Amino acid sequence: MRSALVNGLKYIRTEWLLYLFLLPGLIYFVLFKYVPMYGVIIAFQDYSPFLGLTGSEFVGFKHFERFFTDDEFFTVFRNTLLISVYKLFWGFPAPIALALMLNEVRVNWFKRTAQTLFYIPHFFSWVIFGGIVINVLSGTGLVNNILVYFGFEPILFMGEKAYFRTILVATDIVKESGWASIIYLAAIAGVDSTLYEAARMDGAKKRHEIWHITLPSIRSTILILFVLQLGNILELGVQQVFMLYNPVVYEVGDIIDTYVYRVGLTEQKYSFATAVGLFQSTVGLILILISNRAARRYGGGLW
Amino acid sequence: MSRASVGEKLGSGLNYLLLAAFGLLTLFPFLHVLAQSLSSHTAVVSNRVSIYPIDFQTEAYKLLFQDDAFYRAFGVSAMRTVLGTALNMALTCLMAYPLSRRTLKGRGFVMGMVVFTMLFSGGMIPSFLLLKELKLLNTFFALILPSAISAFNLILLKNFFESIPSSLDESAKMDGAGHGTILTRIYIPLSLPAIATLTLFYAVMHWNSYFDAVMYINKAELNPLQVYLRNLIVQNESNIELTNNMGLFLVAPETLKAATIMASVLPMIILYPFLQKFFVKGVMLGAVKE
Repeated sequence: MRSALVNGLKYIRTEWLLYLFLLPGLIYFVLFKYVPMYGVIIAFQDYSPFLGLTGSEFVGFKHFERFFTDDEFFTVFRNTLLISVYKLFWGFPAPIALALMLNEVRVNWFKRTAQTLFYIPHFFSWVIFGGIVINVLSGTGLVNNILVYFGFEPILFMGEKAYFRTILVATDIVKESGWASIIYLAAIAGVDSTLYEAARMDGAKKRHEIWHITLPSIRSTILILFVLQLGNILELGVQQVFMLYNPVVYEVGDIIDTYVYRVGLTEQKYSFATAVGLFQSTVGLILILISNRAARRYGGGLW
Repeated sequence: MSRASVGEKLGSGLNYLLLAAFGLLTLFPFLHVLAQSLSSHTAVVSNRVSIYPIDFQTEAYKLLFQDDAFYRAFGVSAMRTVLGTALNMALTCLMAYPLSRRTLKGRGFVMGMVVFTMLFSGGMIPSFLLLKELKLLNTFFALILPSAISAFNLILLKNFFESIPSSLDESAKMDGAGHGTILTRIYIPLSLPAIATLTLFYAVMHWNSYFDAVMYINKAELNPLQVYLRNLIVQNESNIELTNNMGLFLVAPETLKAATIMASVLPMIILYPFLQKFFVKGVMLGAVKE
């Protein structure tokens, strides 16, 4: 025991430079990641900026009870869950499908052009991409011009509750699925090509090859990304929703993050908003632990 | 030995068609906004602009490039991107190097600490209160310090460093090189695709994010370009006078928005072709290593 300690100190003395290299990063993680984690205790307090973390009074689960009985929270929670599930259902398979399709392309210039077009939106901010979406879907935008041209009535897409979630999911797919397909393309490129040759000898068709060789071969990649996605189920891109929503569609578009921002930072109900945020992070952590466990049984998982 | 059946040819044709359709889906809206930014007031208002400019004019850009607020916001974003990315890369390299050494004592503990931050976070309000306590609200540092290292990028670079053969730095040590020399003369040059990719990731993150500025900044002169742009698009806020001296409307508000969008994506569009070959390679290297 003692000698281990001595050895450890000796090691640190000889390799002190390595620890010095580590120091700024460690300070960063402790200060900007772990201190806020400690800060969540204000969710159990009636936090007052004047009294601070140490002086504020502890009130137990008061704030949690309050938001579980709050109608507005229920709406926000339902929106977050629904949009997330839609994004998971439609958005998760999209890059896999794109990668499979791109993989079949034999014409090189076509492949390169397609990939460039697919990747580019990822590099635009949600302000810019959202700006383009708002512009194209506005009353006088491109889509309505086409609708009017074919004799339909123009639709105010951004101010219509019925369309808002669809718009969120669809624009997210257009913006990110091309970029996300890179990782699957890399995985597909690693599949042993003799497997395909053997299958073709046995008379396999394209759809058999995809279903029985390609997809099983990239299963672990799919599982890892699925676990990550599931862990983020209550954390939608706040940058997207904050850009696209407006008071008319709050009822269907307000999500936990925008709610926390509004209640916490603009109304300054710090403790209440922190409780909501803590609930969100905890559900995310539990989901990621459960799904990782499940994924490991199928040969995937993060750890 | 062509053995493609009619069915396979049809499937292949459909494949090309769908991919082309998806490509056009991203291209058309972009062209539409570009066309609007270069069209006359009457053409935009009467809805005649689709994907090419009508009555070509550049008034909107001229107005934009005369606006002080636009320059200031552009400057904040540019400075944030350059300084922020430099800080990101310095800290990420410094931390990835010790962590890539399997013999480092305490390595597992530090890695566990880093990974845990990817699974759980304190959330928006405690982070805000921390910055408030540190007196960083409404300062430039609020834009770069809270995102100084991305755990994901750190792990990517650590994995990359691990793949460098250890015989290389052993022989460097024989020649009397210290860790500083090994990192800057051997590891970094050998990891250029990864370094370039991470630099790109960080730079894009800085150039594009706006929500942190919404939370931490409420001084107009410290607003980055994305916030300027959002105020213009969502709230229709602009100081720019849309009329000429004669009091005639030369530029439609829509045209001004379109021009601002274009001016903000321009740096990205110009850099993109140079970066593409890097990041595809870098991302794939990171992905295959998982």
